[in-house]
Amino acid sequence: MRQFLGWPVLRQVAGPDRRGLGSAAMSRTTRELMPRTVTADSVVKSICPYCAVGCAQNVYVKDGAVVQIEGDPDSPISRGRLCPKGSASLQLTTGDSREHRVLYRRPHGTEWEPLDLDTAMDMVAERVIATRRATWEWESDGKRTRRTMGIASLGGATLDNEENYLIKKLFTALGVVQVENQARVCHSSTVAALGTSFGRGGSTTYLQDLQRADCIIIEGSNFAEAHPVGFQWVMEAKAKGATIIHVDPRFSRTSALADIYVPIRAGTDIAWLGGLINYVLSTEKYFREYVVNYTNAATIVGEKFADTEDLDGLFSGLDRGTRSYDPHSWQYEGGEVAAASGERDQQYQDLAGDGGSGSDAGGSESHGSGGATVRGSWRRDESLTDPRCVFQILKRHYSRYTPEMVERICGVPQAVFHRVAAAITENSGRERTTAFAYAVGWTQHTVGVQYIRAASILQLLLGNIGRPGGGIMALRGHASIQGSSDIPTLFNLLPGYIPMPHAHQHEDLDSFVAADAAERGYWANMRSYLISLLKAYWGGAATAENDFCFDYLPRLTGSHSTYETVQAQLDGTCKGYFLLGENPAVGSANTSLQRRGMANLDWLVVRDFSLIESATWWKDGPEIATGEMRTEDIGTEVFFFPAAAHTEKSGSFTNTNRLLQWHFAAVEPQGDARSDMWFMLHLGRRIREKLAGSTDPADRPVLDLTWNYPTEGALDEPVAESVLAEINGWDSSGEYLSSYEQLKDDGSTSCGCWIYCGCYADGINQPARRKSHVLQSISSREWGWAWPANRRELYNRASADPQGKPWSQAKALVWWDEAQGRWVGDDVPDFPPTRRPDYRPDDEASGVEALSGIDPFIMQADGKGWLYAPSGLTDGPMPTHYEPQDSPMRNLLYSQQRNPVRQVFSRPHNRYHPDPTEPGTAVYPYVITTYRLTEHFTAGAMSRWQPYLSELQPEFFCEVSPQLAAARGLQHRNWATIVTARGAVEARVMVTSRMTPLTVDGRTIHQIGLPYHWGPNGLSTGDSMNELSAVVLDPNVHIQEVKALTADIRPGRRPRGADLPPFLEEYRRRAGITERTGMEGATT
Amino acid sequence: MTDVRTGRRRAGDRGMPQFTSYYGRPILKAPTWKALDIAGYLFTGGLAGASSILAAGARLTGRPRMARASTLGALGAIGVSVVALVHDLGRPDRFYNMLRVAKPTSPMNVGSWLLAGYGPLAGAAAASEVTGIAPRLGRAAGGGAAVLGAAVASYTSVLIADTAVPAWHEARRAMPLVFAGSAAASAAGLALICAPRAEAGPACRAAIGGAALELAAGTVMERSGGVVAETYHTGRAGALLTAAKALTAAGALGALASTRNRLLGALSGAALLAGSALTRFGIFEAGRASTQDPKYTVLPQRERLAAAAASAQRTDHPGPVPA
Amino acid sequence: MSVTELGMPRMGFFTDTSVCIGCKACEVACKEWNAIPSGPLELTGESFDNTSQLGANSWRHVAFVEQRVPADRVAADGTAQWAGDGVADPGADGGFDGVRWLMASDVCKHCTRAACLDVCPTGALFRTEFDTVVVQQDVCNGCGYCVSACPYGVLGQREGDGRVFKCTMCYDRIGQGQEPACAKACPTKSIQFGELDQLRERAAERVAELHDRGVADARLYGADPDDGVGGNGAFFLLLDEPETYGLPPDPVVTTRDLPQMWRDAALAAGTLLAGLAAAFLGRRSS
Repeated sequence: MRQFLGWPVLRQVAGPDRRGLGSAAMSRTTRELMPRTVTADSVVKSICPYCAVGCAQNVYVKDGAVVQIEGDPDSPISRGRLCPKGSASLQLTTGDSREHRVLYRRPHGTEWEPLDLDTAMDMVAERVIATRRATWEWESDGKRTRRTMGIASLGGATLDNEENYLIKKLFTALGVVQVENQARVCHSSTVAALGTSFGRGGSTTYLQDLQRADCIIIEGSNFAEAHPVGFQWVMEAKAKGATIIHVDPRFSRTSALADIYVPIRAGTDIAWLGGLINYVLSTEKYFREYVVNYTNAATIVGEKFADTEDLDGLFSGLDRGTRSYDPHSWQYEGGEVAAASGERDQQYQDLAGDGGSGSDAGGSESHGSGGATVRGSWRRDESLTDPRCVFQILKRHYSRYTPEMVERICGVPQAVFHRVAAAITENSGRERTTAFAYAVGWTQHTVGVQYIRAASILQLLLGNIGRPGGGIMALRGHASIQGSSDIPTLFNLLPGYIPMPHAHQHEDLDSFVAADAAERGYWANMRSYLISLLKAYWGGAATAENDFCFDYLPRLTGSHSTYETVQAQLDGTCKGYFLLGENPAVGSANTSLQRRGMANLDWLVVRDFSLIESATWWKDGPEIATGEMRTEDIGTEVFFFPAAAHTEKSGSFTNTNRLLQWHFAAVEPQGDARSDMWFMLHLGRRIREKLAGSTDPADRPVLDLTWNYPTEGALDEPVAESVLAEINGWDSSGEYLSSYEQLKDDGSTSCGCWIYCGCYADGINQPARRKSHVLQSISSREWGWAWPANRRELYNRASADPQGKPWSQAKALVWWDEAQGRWVGDDVPDFPPTRRPDYRPDDEASGVEALSGIDPFIMQADGKGWLYAPSGLTDGPMPTHYEPQDSPMRNLLYSQQRNPVRQVFSRPHNRYHPDPTEPGTAVYPYVITTYRLTEHFTAGAMSRWQPYLSELQPEFFCEVSPQLAAARGLQHRNWATIVTARGAVEARVMVTSRMTPLTVDGRTIHQIGLPYHWGPNGLSTGDSMNELSAVVLDPNVHIQEVKALTADIRPGRRPRGADLPPFLEEYRRRAGITERTGMEGATT
Repeated sequence: MTDVRTGRRRAGDRGMPQFTSYYGRPILKAPTWKALDIAGYLFTGGLAGASSILAAGARLTGRPRMARASTLGALGAIGVSVVALVHDLGRPDRFYNMLRVAKPTSPMNVGSWLLAGYGPLAGAAAASEVTGIAPRLGRAAGGGAAVLGAAVASYTSVLIADTAVPAWHEARRAMPLVFAGSAAASAAGLALICAPRAEAGPACRAAIGGAALELAAGTVMERSGGVVAETYHTGRAGALLTAAKALTAAGALGALASTRNRLLGALSGAALLAGSALTRFGIFEAGRASTQDPKYTVLPQRERLAAAAASAQRTDHPGPVPA
Repeated sequence: MSVTELGMPRMGFFTDTSVCIGCKACEVACKEWNAIPSGPLELTGESFDNTSQLGANSWRHVAFVEQRVPADRVAADGTAQWAGDGVADPGADGGFDGVRWLMASDVCKHCTRAACLDVCPTGALFRTEFDTVVVQQDVCNGCGYCVSACPYGVLGQREGDGRVFKCTMCYDRIGQGQEPACAKACPTKSIQFGELDQLRERAAERVAELHDRGVADARLYGADPDDGVGGNGAFFLLLDEPETYGLPPDPVVTTRDLPQMWRDAALAAGTLLAGLAAAFLGRRSS
């Protein structure tokens, strides 16, 4: 009966909806409909785990399970929006693609075996102890090293800051120096370039500030695709009338939204930017008052300096034997050499008169928060006319970078060059600002650091640094890749960009500090930062008497970057390897080398969501297919541990704005899945238990380590906040510190990362702050916490003129308030808060006191932005155009073809292509560039297993122009094979007019676009682009060159199985490639 | 090549204007309906409806065997059609939802109510016919079935014309008559097969009349809709409809001569039934084809817009801006 | 303002394709919220579109159109960019030297006069208090009538399920004052959700603004209450002809002609009845 009364026909007759089109037709289910966002038991605040935009998420939990994840509208960065990857994070965290059991592959085993978590942890602890003992090294060539080179780890950029902190802390105590993460292969160049230019290695600005720009140049970045939600701020600027310019080898989704698109030959950005610098200088379009007061333009350089103009592409000081520069001659006049980071060892040794080279130690990165050091007193000529002042040197250096030369090198017609030159100069100055945004399209070159230096010089000349709508936006690509540089899982750094000590006889704390600390600026307090860190590591054991355990730190003897680690694996010296959320078998250069290295290990630990390529290469890798390896022959013992997702652990990510944002655990991980913090904590506990009572001095650092973190829940997950508190630090009375200015060098303060000091001020989790942006100004300083000192726009002192007044009302940000006697504005002043603009230090002043009222770059030893880097970089004080390692063009500017001090590795499976002057160059005639797609993430571990993402970009493809397709007979949607000296991949052909042949020096250059996400595992599968790339590195930071290489392309699928190696060999033979090819340093 | 892949293409070679499409993809979805089910439904519905009318006529004019054949034929046909309709549903178990609401805007809903009325009447008429029970009621039921039968036989044209399928919607004016004629011809065909020569006169006349109407209206139908009309002449639809016309014409002529020849009558009846069925399958196929090429969607709409714009200019009054 | 039968303001989508970055967040957010089955893994080669069309398993679909445009357009038009000289093969380049990459997120139009709703025989489709059109999955019996009635080809029948699915404009969410999943996720607010009247005003302003900037191609689609479907609840700002994006240029709701169709059918029925009756007149052959 009730059913009958529910009969819609009756409701039609009775109700208003006679025609039965509306309410009458509604079913009970429909009437009782409720969204699960409303019926959820709780809403947990979180942060997206994909890229570094750091979109805020709300995680909806019902009956102990995550039922929905969507954007948090309160976020000032994302405003509730999410890209396809962020939108797929429900599937990422709750989908069935995740492994939840520990898996074990015994040596020479052919299959995975189950293994219980407890046993697995115990086995790994024993492997670590045994390998450490077997490979322990007290000394190397008579220098104390106190380390093991037998163990390495890779990964951290996808993990929380707290996890990175524990990884670095435990491994350092164990004497493991080969600790690396994605930051090495993604943005290490950024740290060195921005650090030496401005004093800090992070983005000078933040995403939301882009909306205030009058012009935005996006170059070396596929902004809209790789950081879609961050791109909303570019669109905001565009809506307000800003000119958006995209410079890129391929027309991407970013180009589609730009006002001006500039196609450029991959690997020529320094020529292009040098052209713009030359334009600005020669047409007097620079911001003179800014340049004179805030940069080192006026500083006089020593007369020993010789420029590329004088030496045909080389700077003075090149040692052809060691392929390295001695930077003495680059110094300011009167500026005595004070070793700066990496080079500081070389110079130290030069002075100590014992040769050896530390110049390849990636020390340039230690300018992440503290510029390179110069000392003494130097002359300035503020008329900028002295022929040896930086300004004049710069002018001469770039004089040959003319529009004509830009056209010949880059393939950019002069008309387009002039459009862009006009746009950026018209949109710079007192009233207007231009911003630059870049990403790994700039960093991943053999001159990657100098790419970013070139942009830094341009922005300084235009007066755009430290001003609203200006700056240089370094777009990071992993949730916490900034954090994994700040709290580094990097071999060459300690937290806060304090360099790892190098092996020196009898080096102690004092000599280390003496060699590193600056005289002026905040870097002068480096001793306090370091001692507070040692207290955080070794607590009570660290005393003044024992140098605060400085001796416990293992020592470097050169570069131990992930690429050197691979060499060490191949050479058999590195025997144990941890992969913590990184997939080098797809994501690192020359993946074949990566797999061959892993095949030479004793044991390998892989922690990830799914069975990524780096976990299964021993049974189904390409080398197994070709027969170059046999599973039965591979002795590597493999442990796979399932990792916890961001919804299953608490912790902080540091996004691309240098902003720490906290995410709370919503549920506990299932099965054997655990957080990496859990893994490190319990691994450390087990190792300490097994070593308990050891009298071996090598074990002291492990046993003295402060390692008593509280745990919670049924799984004994560490309390993440307790780690954050240690990172923030406390004083002797246990009070939490609120600023690094409180740090002492007497051991009375403890701080795990000085630049993060204040993130737990007053015992409050500052990164967890979530005050809605609608209740705040653009800087939204009560959302999360940004380093340093919660500043959002760095160097913002420069937003005011030398007298402390805003350059213009339109561009006011921070200014001097005479009445209050302090700096005020919509940001935390990046300056001593009460220092008057007219303050001038006397010559005796040191440290912070030595900063004058017009020194906006407070981490720089001279307080100025560096147009010219007298020290800090290993390959020159000014950016100079060199061709990529693999290039079809000779260098039109100098007879020096390539970066003379780039790092090359001549070994089987890592051969380079012939010079353009050699006949064999025609064998690999086309230029390749690589990039990300919106729909996928890095090496694919977090996207190729997701059905919703995989279906959107289901296959590996290559983008070619209609002209190239016609020339090589490539059919749209059919297969093409791309070949280099290293490998061959097959990809679907995408013929598109978005790819354009360029006319370069009268020649037609074809470029091929390759997204790099694919590998053989997962739902969406394909060859890995990195089968093609070579290991060839930037000398400053050891980043690989994968944005510009050469290759051949031909129709059809690649040879399979045993047919592949001879196919590659035939190519190499035709090209005449030997172990010497491409190895030349300075051309003599 | 980009241009090719963005689908810029000529719409046929008969001087038609260029139009762009999205990679040549159809704009419309093809009908989810299966030909055997729905074309079959159209045919059997027509056969049933018209048979009920013939049955009533035969009863009134004292043609018991013709009446018996048509009455049972009607029930059989409607039975098949209902089964086909339910079978075509994505969720046959929910067929009863067809009567959940009463919607004049939905021909399928109207048809469902129609069947709900017609079915039982046809059933009652047949039951009484077979059992001989309650002959009066049976005749009354048969009369009712005859009246509803006319609706059952014709509404199906609205069922398919009331869609976005170009070939069907453009032919909406002529289609009801085609269906009516086709229904008459098929019912008459059945009668010709089953009824004795002595009773077959009306069937012959109905066959000739129905066939004539089907062919005449069909010619009009196949000319409607400009470019869309080609879907009736080309491909599978073209072949089916050509065959249909031949069979229908042959059946009609045969019926003329059949008064003298029982066998010829039966053959003519079969031809008419087949012709009627093929007509429905042909129309169904033309509709499907018209959804599969975007030109049948775009070009008529472009012409309409052009005309509107032109008239708007004539009246010097800005019409709706072309979307 | 336009209000529904229940006096609520009419809600809708305004999709401004001029700011779409083709990220497909709308597609994924929709699938996550509505738990829609994932599709096949097949590269279509149709630019970056591997979804191809709206259907039972794709309620949002981002179209990608790559075009080459003449040089003069590049300067004038903010939506096209210079793309190199392409001198290598002028033939293949056809004298074009500009590239335009259009991206547009398509969705159910939630017509003012919705054919799918009119023809649905079960009342599974109904018009909500927000004047949106929704399929009730507990009622639909998969007759497929709406699929053929829709002039946009929006609705589709799900294989293995039999029922018909389409965008609900997140009826469950908006009922609780929440944005539809796609609009909420959209990074550049190319997809805007709100009261239809306000959206139409905003859209008109946006078109004017684009025209001022020299984007002559900008036009609205589905915003006109006088069009063949009485205007759309989900309308668009396009940069080219609708059919370029796979949209019909002048759709008409089929039921507009229904009364006449019924009259014609009645006439036919009468003809049938009369004609067959007539067949019984005349001389008895014996």
